[in-house]
Amino acid sequence: MSKTTVTIGLASCGVASGGLPVAEEMEKLLSGREDVETKRVGCLGYCYMEPLVTVIRDGQTYVYGKVDVDVLHRIIDEHVDKNQIIKENLILSDDGGFPGSESARAAKQVRIVLRNSGLIDPQKISEYMARDGYKSLEKVVKTMSRDDVIKEVLDSGLRGRGGAGFPTGMKWRFARDSKCAEPNEANPNGTDKYMVCNADEGDPGAFMDRSVLESDPHSVIEGMAIGAYAVGASHGVIYCRAEYPMAIKHLNIALGQARIGGYLGKGIFGDPNFNFDIYVKEGAGAFVCGEETALIASIEGGRGMPRPRPPFPANSGVWKKPTNINNVETYANVPWIILNGAMAFSKYGIGRSRGTKVFALAGKINKGGLAEVPMGMSLREVIFDVAGGIENDRKFKAVQLGGPSGGCVPENLLDTPVDYESINATGAIMGSGGMVVMDEDTCVVDVARFFLAFVQKESCGKCPFCRIGTKRMLEILERITKGEGVMEDIDKLQNLAAQIKDGSLCGLGQTAPNPVQTTLRYFKDEYLAHIADKKCPAKVCGDLIRYSIDASRCVGCTKCAKACPVSAITGELKQPHSIDSALCVRCGLCKNNCPVSCISVE
Amino acid sequence: MAVAISDMSAKLDPIVEKYRGKQGVAIPLLADVQNEVGYVAQDALKYVGVELGIPAAELFGVATFYAMFRFQPQGKHVVRLCRGTACHVQGSARIAEQLERTLGVKDGETTEDLMFTIAHVACLGCCSLAPVMMVDSSVHGRLTPEKAIEVLDELRKEGVSC
Repeated sequence: MSKTTVTIGLASCGVASGGLPVAEEMEKLLSGREDVETKRVGCLGYCYMEPLVTVIRDGQTYVYGKVDVDVLHRIIDEHVDKNQIIKENLILSDDGGFPGSESARAAKQVRIVLRNSGLIDPQKISEYMARDGYKSLEKVVKTMSRDDVIKEVLDSGLRGRGGAGFPTGMKWRFARDSKCAEPNEANPNGTDKYMVCNADEGDPGAFMDRSVLESDPHSVIEGMAIGAYAVGASHGVIYCRAEYPMAIKHLNIALGQARIGGYLGKGIFGDPNFNFDIYVKEGAGAFVCGEETALIASIEGGRGMPRPRPPFPANSGVWKKPTNINNVETYANVPWIILNGAMAFSKYGIGRSRGTKVFALAGKINKGGLAEVPMGMSLREVIFDVAGGIENDRKFKAVQLGGPSGGCVPENLLDTPVDYESINATGAIMGSGGMVVMDEDTCVVDVARFFLAFVQKESCGKCPFCRIGTKRMLEILERITKGEGVMEDIDKLQNLAAQIKDGSLCGLGQTAPNPVQTTLRYFKDEYLAHIADKKCPAKVCGDLIRYSIDASRCVGCTKCAKACPVSAITGELKQPHSIDSALCVRCGLCKNNCPVSCISVE
Repeated sequence: MAVAISDMSAKLDPIVEKYRGKQGVAIPLLADVQNEVGYVAQDALKYVGVELGIPAAELFGVATFYAMFRFQPQGKHVVRLCRGTACHVQGSARIAEQLERTLGVKDGETTEDLMFTIAHVACLGCCSLAPVMMVDSSVHGRLTPEKAIEVLDELRKEGVSC
């Protein structure tokens, strides 16, 4: 019998779900065994099933979900030792007899960006090499011209996965053709160009890039190196959020290994003219730095404030050198495209959106996590088939795409395909892949207020329309959620939205009104309910709701009174209790603690 | 809180030397100062500014632009409550209120006993476990207001016993 491999997923989600003690137990029990090797791998995307343990034997893979120490013992005793599969915890396998509970979700996916995630140990370059790692880089350096590489990327139809969807090949061509690349005084060899990776994943609700960097950092490095070859760049920078410590750690380990392996540095793959190295620049917490000119200012060490374009970064970027900026997911696609050919990539997708898109599925769904689906799949399929539908059998209300720059798509538009143009037509944007699902218990006015509060805080302050306009919009929304809104507020919001879009320099300001505009477009009734009826239909806005106890059903257990943080509930033991609405802070703790469900919200 | 100049040079000179003569250093420089001193102290900022020939106003401008930098000493434990979209729709505002009621401090403030600093952050990237908070370096997911307080109570107990 060949060696059995047992792996555990330890990306951030795995660790947060308690994966570390399981990993330690696993290593303790299996270390020293000749017939078994253990591995710490990254994220498979089934975050709702974490921690995940995988047994690989005789070429067959069995993934177990919700593995605590007890389940781990069973996996070792029964599967590893006696070859008996534990059906209750099996979520995936390639063994036809036991498909596992999550096989339908797996079947919907096409894993290009996530080809290695959750399968390899991200801290070992040998694992990446074993899965065709750096073969694409070797192929471009040894057999392809710069034009060939750009043509291949253009033919694949790959577009920027950061959200705007600009064709990657075209971006590379601009950077290659940049006039500043001609040798001049500041740039004597004409090779002083920058290849930047935007890993400042600031959309609150998105975690695709974190997962790729944690689980498969070499694929991003290889993608950047291929791009550097194509545009003729010698410097690389990965601008990564400081909030992602594991991603930064894994990147730095991978960069060190790539240098030792000769995939970074001087004369890569024997080409004396190809010198390229990368360093990681940690962001310091500013959403606007995802905007490319702000990101450049931040790399240069200053306040991350955007500047007008032109000049575009392709002509004048980091330290005024020609600069190409792509996002993590874009780069991670590149090695696969080079190795498998543009056609293999462009066969997925519809219209001008080719390939796949990774989504971070979150919110009120049953199966949160990461999923990579072919472009063109409908939002309905993503939410109901891949993400498992709405949790607790509640009713779907909207899906928020693109974070603070995006919008809410309602039920009747759920057949919209995942495609840049189709999603833009709804008023939302594809964005970087954050998908937050909302159910009937989510108040869309509150969500609009939430996003406005976010962009207002993150506005860099340069453009008055963005700085002051978002503030005024936020004040109006706050008024509405407090029940102090008036009918004219709707027009005011719409006017302000149009002005902020026109009067802002960068993407942050230009898109900041999107969450308000889309909710006004699709959920105007809810705004009107807040303004005219002073009611929050979703029962979220604290000033518009009231908690009360049904005295006929209250058993007087006192649990609610004990839970109440402000002592607003009174009543004798075994007597019906009552809530003093003036004291009540609408936290809902009483309702959560009531054993007979006699507390209601109106 | 003033720091004696002699203390300051011992602490900050190695940092100053690390960045002398380099360009674009403000962010990592400030991060190192914060790590060493515990926060971006005004005196420290002036000191490194003079040594490196960068106006203190410029450093201050950079420091106030980014969420990572703080201008007050922080508590023993830093509680980063995620206020991202996924956490928001899963009720993180209720947790924020509960933390505020229980600890008596708001976002960005530190309890009087210097035990906890509360920081609201945009997203911790653990959206599938929402609502989430990170206490020091450990992430706690699927929180309720009660569970959040239990986590802090545990830390308080540990603090007393050791």
